[in-house]
Amino acid sequence: MIRFDQVSKSYGRNRQVIDDLTLAIAEGEICMLVGPSGCGKTTSMKMINRLVEPDSGTVLVDGRPVNSVDPIKLRLNIGYVIQEIGLFPHMSVADNIATVPVELGWPKPRVRARVDDLLALVDLEPGLYRTKRPRELSGGQRQRVGIARALAGDPRIMLMDEPFGALDPLTRAKMQDEFLAIQEKIRKTIVFVTHDTDEALKMGDHIAVMRAGRLLQYGTPTEILRHPADTFVADLIGSRKGLKLLRLLDCGSLMRQGAAAADLPVLPARATAEQALSEMLRCGCRSVAVADASGVTLGRLDLDDLIDRVARDD
Amino acid sequence: MTDRRLSAGLKVGAYLAAAVALTLYVVEWPQDSLVARLVTFPHVLALTGQHLAIVALSSVLAILTAVPLGLMLTRDWARQWTPRVVGFVNVCQTVPSLAVVALAVGLLGIGATTAIVALWLYALLPILNNTLTGLDGVDAATLQAARGMGMRPGRVLRRIEVPLALPLIVAGVRTAVTVNIGSAILAAFVGGGGLGDLIIAGNNISRVQVVVLGAGLPMLMALIVDALFDVAAEETAG
Repeated sequence: MIRFDQVSKSYGRNRQVIDDLTLAIAEGEICMLVGPSGCGKTTSMKMINRLVEPDSGTVLVDGRPVNSVDPIKLRLNIGYVIQEIGLFPHMSVADNIATVPVELGWPKPRVRARVDDLLALVDLEPGLYRTKRPRELSGGQRQRVGIARALAGDPRIMLMDEPFGALDPLTRAKMQDEFLAIQEKIRKTIVFVTHDTDEALKMGDHIAVMRAGRLLQYGTPTEILRHPADTFVADLIGSRKGLKLLRLLDCGSLMRQGAAAADLPVLPARATAEQALSEMLRCGCRSVAVADASGVTLGRLDLDDLIDRVARDD
Repeated sequence: MTDRRLSAGLKVGAYLAAAVALTLYVVEWPQDSLVARLVTFPHVLALTGQHLAIVALSSVLAILTAVPLGLMLTRDWARQWTPRVVGFVNVCQTVPSLAVVALAVGLLGIGATTAIVALWLYALLPILNNTLTGLDGVDAATLQAARGMGMRPGRVLRRIEVPLALPLIVAGVRTAVTVNIGSAILAAFVGGGGLGDLIIAGNNISRVQVVVLGAGLPMLMALIVDALFDVAAEETAG
């Protein structure tokens, strides 16, 4: 668990970058820090691995103040991914990923095995990519390597500073989905900085909205969407809140179990309610069938249920 | 890469052959008996050896001082001194090489040591400048990632900064060494020996053949070293 306890930081007399930040991030969750540039989200994140030291207050990891831990040891146990990725251009993909294991002094066979596991995890064929140089990769592939590199030492915490910010929209959406799938497996505590509210709503278990160094609201995506703390948060979320809420729900949890008419369009249980609505609009029907991965019908999702669920506040 | 090596090898071979041919021509077909007595194979070989030794020693000294100085001046704690040091070395570079040699004589007397010291000072700037440029050119994001992942400053320097700056550092050494091969002719003026001896002697006895030999050999030597650096540049480019 990560905890910020009344943390403040200013550069010079007039620039207060973090103002009395108190925040608790639970184990195994993705916490999104979101807000406009200069709101202090990156600075807050860098306090966790001591790239920035607070003026006052404490940052705790697993109950221990980080300033009582040697920064090098601390960082070796915290994965770090940045927007610019920062792959080492003179090293192969494998050597890049091996950075932390090598610093930790792992024996070579173990490092090699770990590199191959991670390449497979981020969906890069080890035999094909191990020896490539970063410049031979596409933007998306580079960030995959960046993520694999951050995971190499099997840290419990990952810090991700706008990791998908430089990718084109299509690649970005794909990377978000893949990363969520990876997180299903690895269950790390992740602090994820973004200025993209949609990304925050999609990826976060919890979202911390920041502005001018202050925490405005901390809550789940649904809470933030339903009850924005003030007009700033409401503006940040933007319009079409109903559709955004639909995006947070999946068909599997909304459907009525049982049989469904054979002529209904079929969606996987993992599909979002937004996709279900879109399908209904497209085919002009008021229901869709929901099936599992092997195509077996699980149940039916009706338009009325969808509307009820979104309109109902719980 | 092998293409590059092959062409460098061919170049080195050609320049060596040219140097041998030039010497052979003067030794076998001297202008007159005066030249015949002055220019012998062993003598030219000895002067070439002296010349190479002066260049090598001064260059190695310059590398051993300028590179660490550059590494130091790019650390946060020494940044404040960087402009002053670079300014000073820059000003030193504007002093004509002959004057540097002459000043060194004033301090150290005559001999090869004086020449080596003067050439060492002269070679500092290109190496220092390129070391600084190379290290400053390392991408900030790369450094941030390295530090953020828990590399110690010394490890960042060794595993990231130096390898990435190496092509530029090598380019600086290349400039310094090739320039020094030419400047080492001045060693002869302070009794330091080297191929400059041939130029001075040839000039004293008004024998153009000897002067051409004394000028041609350092030129070919510089070309050979330059070709060798082609390979080194390829190796460090990663």
